[in-house]
Amino acid sequence: MDIFLLEAMINGVLLGGVLALLALGLNLIFGVIDVVWICYAELVMCGMYAIYWLSAYYGWPYPLACLAAIGGVAALGMAMHRLVIEPILGSAPINQLLATGGMLFFLQSFATLLFGTDFRNVGIRLPAIEVGEIFISTSRLFAFVAAIVGALAVYFFLSRTYIGTAIRAISQDREIMGLMGVDERRIYLLTSAIGGALAGLGSCLLVLQYDVHPFLGLTFGPILFMICVLGGLGNMLGGVLAAFVMGQIIAIGGYFFSIELADVIAFVLFIVLIFIRPQGIFSR
Amino acid sequence: MSRSIALWGVLVAALALLPFLLPNYFLHIAIQVLLWGLIYTAWSMMGRFGLVSLGHGAFMGVGAYTSALLWNLYGITPWLGIPAGVVLTVLLALVIGYPCFHLRIIGHYFALVTLALSQVVALAIVAARDVTGGSLGMTPRAVGESVYALQFPDRTQFYFISLGLWLVGLAIRHWANSGMRSAALEAIGEDETAAAAVGIHVMREKLRVTMISAAITAVGGSMFVQYLMYVNPETVSGVGVSLQIVFASIAGGMYGTLGPTIGSLLTLSLTEGLRIAFGTNFIGAANTIYGILLILFIIFMPRGLLGLIQKLIAKRPQRARPTAAPARP
Repeated sequence: MDIFLLEAMINGVLLGGVLALLALGLNLIFGVIDVVWICYAELVMCGMYAIYWLSAYYGWPYPLACLAAIGGVAALGMAMHRLVIEPILGSAPINQLLATGGMLFFLQSFATLLFGTDFRNVGIRLPAIEVGEIFISTSRLFAFVAAIVGALAVYFFLSRTYIGTAIRAISQDREIMGLMGVDERRIYLLTSAIGGALAGLGSCLLVLQYDVHPFLGLTFGPILFMICVLGGLGNMLGGVLAAFVMGQIIAIGGYFFSIELADVIAFVLFIVLIFIRPQGIFSR
Repeated sequence: MSRSIALWGVLVAALALLPFLLPNYFLHIAIQVLLWGLIYTAWSMMGRFGLVSLGHGAFMGVGAYTSALLWNLYGITPWLGIPAGVVLTVLLALVIGYPCFHLRIIGHYFALVTLALSQVVALAIVAARDVTGGSLGMTPRAVGESVYALQFPDRTQFYFISLGLWLVGLAIRHWANSGMRSAALEAIGEDETAAAAVGIHVMREKLRVTMISAAITAVGGSMFVQYLMYVNPETVSGVGVSLQIVFASIAGGMYGTLGPTIGSLLTLSLTEGLRIAFGTNFIGAANTIYGILLILFIIFMPRGLLGLIQKLIAKRPQRARPTAAPARP
């Protein structure tokens, strides 16, 4: 097999890991609160700016800046839920999607206003590992491992703790859980915080690979929604699997064609797949 | 009824007089308000019935680039190029709409599928940079004032073209969204199964309104190229434009005839006003405020500005009317 194709496929797997983490966050929010945060990628962008300023400008060590970013984005997620989502929880779901779309505009332009349109890089360079003739970027490998660890942590939290069980239960039956004594508002707020924290973790990993700029969200946000819909909105395992499929499509498409064409192929494939299996490819 | 016709007559007469009163800059804004108003009106034809499309950027992009490319590459007049763009756009709407409606892809899923469509068109334009100029955009070959090339450097002429198109757009909206058709679409928006049960051909009604909406949007896209003599993928296609179309229509109010145009007027004056107030030092200031306003609109005024105005008018104490209204002729 062509060595460059193999390298592209490995990169696809590594990219899939980070996408899986973000898809998990988005799916958690959708499954529990029944809202699509269309500004999810913008939350990641905010986290990346936080790390950039703390680490490259104020000289904080990278791990500390990461913790601050995770906490910050989690708080942002909670604030967004309280201020934007909660007042319209009762109205048509599409209104909630559009309200978070307003957040998308706001975050994007506010970042432009504060930081300008420059591309900024934290300047942390990790060496590449050479395996045989293949070069693997350490930052991508690290991102992959951290993403998988993060996803597993969320999985165990949801399946092994009392509050995690309550979160899963509420996603199955909203009405009954209130009667069982579960405080819906608290669960929603906590879920928003977890969703935000996952976006924050994603930003820690992406900041090592990409420059941050205000329109970053538009480049990978749409891919994230495609992944979630492909896996079945709200289906967490499906989303993770779909993330790896999309990672491969983008990596192999990028190898044979150009990067934009790879994205075009990914989106067209998404539309076709949705027509073949409207409930998501991994749903039973 | 006759009173509302009279009101429309006054409005159109006032709009027809505008170019002789307004300085050049405001005429420039007015043309854009009308053209965006046309596109927002097209979107609201679907949006008001719960068909929230995030794919109108795709329709606008196909329309704009088809006529511009045919003119630049083959010298085909926009008089043929624009219909060609409309045909292509309607085909695209069919290709997406038919399976979506057949498989009952609605709500979130419809929004996200059409969002993918926007991305496909935007990225395809960028990827085909050898012909389209990629993200740098392209300029239609200018020939000065020419009816054949549909190029009018004089703003007044273009204003009247936009005004005419806008009125046609409103008339089509009125025709397509009134009477039984409106009732059928409303029933579909409420509950598709129930609508089908009472004998509404759900598929046909949804496809019709989608195709009409896409066609008008394509014309709007083409006219923007003819007016600005420049087009780039960011301004006519992709997620950004699609969201802008949705928001402006909602902000203005998608349920009334003039709502989307009010949205266009509101957003353009906001953008221009903030641009003048803050200057170019604060790029992003306008959109920051815009974003906050949109959230506030969706939370507090889901029926838009027009809805608010109508509510205020309805609240005003009615003057005593003659109890026995004369029978209508």
